Amino acid sequence: MKISIPVYLLVAALTIYAVRALPMTLIRREIKNPFLRSFLYYVPYVTLAVMTFPSILGATGSLATAAVGFAVGVVLAFFDGNLFRVAIGACVAVYIAELFL
Amino acid sequence: MSNRENGRWFRKGLRDGIPIAMGYFAVAFTLGITAKSMGLTALQSAVMSFTMLASAGEFAAITVIGADSGLIVMIVTTIVVNLRYLLMSTALSQKIDSRTGLLHRLLLSYAVTDEIFGVAVSVDGKLNPFYNYGMATVASPGWTLGTALGVIAGTILPTQVSNAMGVALYGMFLAVIIPPARKERAIAVVVIVSMLVSWLFSVLPGIQNISSGTRIILLTILIAGAAAWLRPVDENGELGGNER
Repeated sequence: MKISIPVYLLVAALTIYAVRALPMTLIRREIKNPFLRSFLYYVPYVTLAVMTFPSILGATGSLATAAVGFAVGVVLAFFDGNLFRVAIGACVAVYIAELFL
Repeated sequence: MSNRENGRWFRKGLRDGIPIAMGYFAVAFTLGITAKSMGLTALQSAVMSFTMLASAGEFAAITVIGADSGLIVMIVTTIVVNLRYLLMSTALSQKIDSRTGLLHRLLLSYAVTDEIFGVAVSVDGKLNPFYNYGMATVASPGWTLGTALGVIAGTILPTQVSNAMGVALYGMFLAVIIPPARKERAIAVVVIVSMLVSWLFSVLPGIQNISSGTRIILLTILIAGAAAWLRPVDENGELGGNER
């Protein structure tokens, strides 16, 4: 029997919500364990760095323009740090690079 | 949490949600194209994006639907591909006031995404849930509309524009991780090592077949674990020794 698409989507939505909601609702106290606290402190930096590189190099039409976007993003983030300006700056850099490369 | 504070955080969330929504829109567009090829309608795709709010997670779900692999496979795949949200949700549970009520916790859980998490976790001190609500208010429609439009008109955007929008999310990630890395050497080392190892994982024979979702979990556990062991934070959650 073929399962209908809405049923698939409902099951997927409930499953992903459970993955997100279980720690948030069950862990009600501050974690005291120093190792766990330190681990959670570093989690976002590792996760975001791993997600960014090397995936960003394949995010545009070509390696060259993506590399320009990456370089401009790193420099802007280093001196500015405003999310919107860095994101837009990287996009504009790629757009301009697409015109030439 | 005074009403004024909540309002201020909500508005800040709306503002910081804009680059997230832009990046989402571009990625969702390509997701929509894939969804259409697997037989989903624009409405089904929009509902999927609004309820799941996940990139790799939705790509995986579409694949399962396309192959008609059954509900057990759908559940297992969804858990495995999105396992990193379990870690992120755990980290966020420590970032909010421990007295935060169940309703706020249930609402916060909806929008635990890579981007919203990354931004939320980088605020100084405790996290006000309204910051996340602000970001989700802008980002979720961007993601949902992008998916639906991808199904309806996959080729409407000029290639140069969609290519350029492709780096928006990554630019935002960089804006989240680089400023703290500039202040704390331990974070800088963690960021550089993470990128290098991630790159190695994408080129080494055999290892490069590991899916990106699995790679993220694996490297997060290994590298954050090693960093926590080598450079633990003090009881205030700060790194000692290095001047900020």
